[in-house]
Amino acid sequence: MTTAVIASPSELAIKTDGLTKRFGRQTVVDDLALSVPRGSVFGFLGPNGSGKTTTIRMLLGLAQASAGDISVLGERMPQRLGGVLPRVGALIEGPGFYPFLSGSANLHRLDSADGFAPRGTRSERVAHALDRVGLSHAADKKVRAYSLGMKQRLGIANALLAPRDLIVLDEPTNGLDPQGTREVRSLIRSLADEGTTVFVSSHLLAEIEQMCTHAAVMRAGRLVAQGTLDELRSAGATRVSITTPDVEAATRVLLALGLDPGLPDATGPVAASVAGAASAGQPGTILSAALPEAVAPEDIVAKLVADGVRVRGFSVDHASLEDLFVALTGEGFDVVQ
Amino acid sequence: MSSSDSGATPVRSGLTERRNRRSVGLGFFASELAVLFRRRRTWAMLLALAAVPILIAVAVRISSSGSSGRGPAFIDSITQNGLFVGVAGLTIAIPLFLPLTVGVVSGDSIAGEANTATLRYLLVSPVGRIRLLVVKYLAAAVFCLAATLTLSIAGILIGIALFPVGPVTLLSGDTVSIGDSLVRSLLIALYATVSLLGLSAIGLFISTLTDAPVGAMAATVVLSIVAQVLDSLSQTEWLHPWLFSHYWLNFADLLRQPIEWSSFGQNALLQLGYVFVFGALAYGRFSSKDILS
Ligand SMILES: Nc1ncnc2c1ncn2[C@@H]1O[C@H](COP(=O)(O)OP(=O)(O)O)[C@@H](O)[C@H]1O
Ligand SMILES: [Mg+2]
Repeated sequence: MTTAVIASPSELAIKTDGLTKRFGRQTVVDDLALSVPRGSVFGFLGPNGSGKTTTIRMLLGLAQASAGDISVLGERMPQRLGGVLPRVGALIEGPGFYPFLSGSANLHRLDSADGFAPRGTRSERVAHALDRVGLSHAADKKVRAYSLGMKQRLGIANALLAPRDLIVLDEPTNGLDPQGTREVRSLIRSLADEGTTVFVSSHLLAEIEQMCTHAAVMRAGRLVAQGTLDELRSAGATRVSITTPDVEAATRVLLALGLDPGLPDATGPVAASVAGAASAGQPGTILSAALPEAVAPEDIVAKLVADGVRVRGFSVDHASLEDLFVALTGEGFDVVQ
Repeated sequence: MSSSDSGATPVRSGLTERRNRRSVGLGFFASELAVLFRRRRTWAMLLALAAVPILIAVAVRISSSGSSGRGPAFIDSITQNGLFVGVAGLTIAIPLFLPLTVGVVSGDSIAGEANTATLRYLLVSPVGRIRLLVVKYLAAAVFCLAATLTLSIAGILIGIALFPVGPVTLLSGDTVSIGDSLVRSLLIALYATVSLLGLSAIGLFISTLTDAPVGAMAATVVLSIVAQVLDSLSQTEWLHPWLFSHYWLNFADLLRQPIEWSSFGQNALLQLGYVFVFGALAYGRFSSKDILS
């Protein structure tokens, strides 16, 4: 299922090999091979508890890998942490701030921790970062008085304090209202336009689909798919659906054409629904089958009609990413364990 | 810096510059001190410490006309000379109040950052784990100094306000000027600061073990009490010279003429030993710790 991203190591912003993390006997991240191309907006998708945050902690040197290699911006991690991290901005599992300091004072504090950040431009950079996330008006307010969404914005502002080559955002739209979500999306797009690689994790497919060029899908600690969004889409098959009362005749025709009606239908074997679902209230059964590339849809209709099958409805559907992700992650996006 | 109204330079150009060498970290140390001393909790503790000599002085002033002959020697002497109030305050605060505040600051050092989730952001800044430990420890040491100085100075001021002040008669029987006795008061504050350095290192180490600051604070304070209990038991006499609290009250030698420095030296050496051992333990624990808070 995994689609390899072909790129030389220097073109990769993040690369992991056999990355594994165990907590006691539980393997939380299992043999992960991530390839995040430079300049991409990379969606890291998976249900809650699938190991996204743990992976991000290892990428940033917060947690040690149980096995495997990591390179970030072409440098080995965590060995070259001191040189790599100043070029990386991050939001990890929600923001963290001193409640008794103002938003601006918090950013000053975190910036002073970065030995490479020039002091002379600190105030200006803090103001600029706050401006980018729309928090200028609350800069001098104590973080204690911030709403969850404001804290989330402040967390993103922290990632933007200095010019970065890579920005890692772990579930950045958590706690944001729809307006905030839109703003984050456009912010990520503008970062990408500036040439920054953005690695964004989410448990929401729609979010990833709207802003990412690439994606990887996690399921219970394992990588189940990776590639550009188009590659991922094409991994999901195109399907045809036929509504007809002549189920047996239609099945025969489809089998003769090399289609396999019934098998890929998520809702069960051959017969899916027996109501007048498709055509003008007339009763019929919906047959569904994956469409092989060699077969043209119009040929199927012609053959069905020629064999006297009463076709009451016919459609060709491209699998949505959602179908693919539900298929990949099994239970959909429920919590694992 | 050029004047801001020179329109020729684009405003943002400076923002993309990066230092090519890492700064030593004075900026971060300053930031750490700012965070420490901007907390209301820190000021509350310093105020509580300042209240210790003030309460003693007021209580003595109200209750006594003429010495009772009971109670600690220092308490008696403050009625004769207000300059002793600072020393009396320190003597009272050293066994419990000072360790309490030091336990709060040092126990909070790493665990508090983990608790507010700021630890992970400091580390990815990246602050550097060793640098963070060193800065946290130095800040705790600065707090120790601030605490003992607050106590001493509050004591001296209230002493001057409530009691007669004059040349001080030392333990050795010599009499020194007011100026000289003030210097000695500060020396005693310094002695108490040094005394607390070992405990601060222990607190820092405990703080690396947990994400719960209150637990680390409590454990540090409890240890300081355990050490003092052990120090008072004759069964553990072999252990006494190794207990970090052993020399805590031995500053009387600073009240002799000439000053007897040997207990100061012994104490400093012992505290230094604790700083190295627990500093190393803290480093060993923290440098490879998974930050999962
Ligand atoms: N400190 C920890 N100790 C034990 N298990 C943990 C710890 N942190 C996370 N886990 C487990 O690791 C798994 C993945 O968690 P996480 O990486 O946070 O997932 P995600 O970010 O995808 O929601 C979960 O099953 C979680 O229970
Ligand atoms: Mg997570």
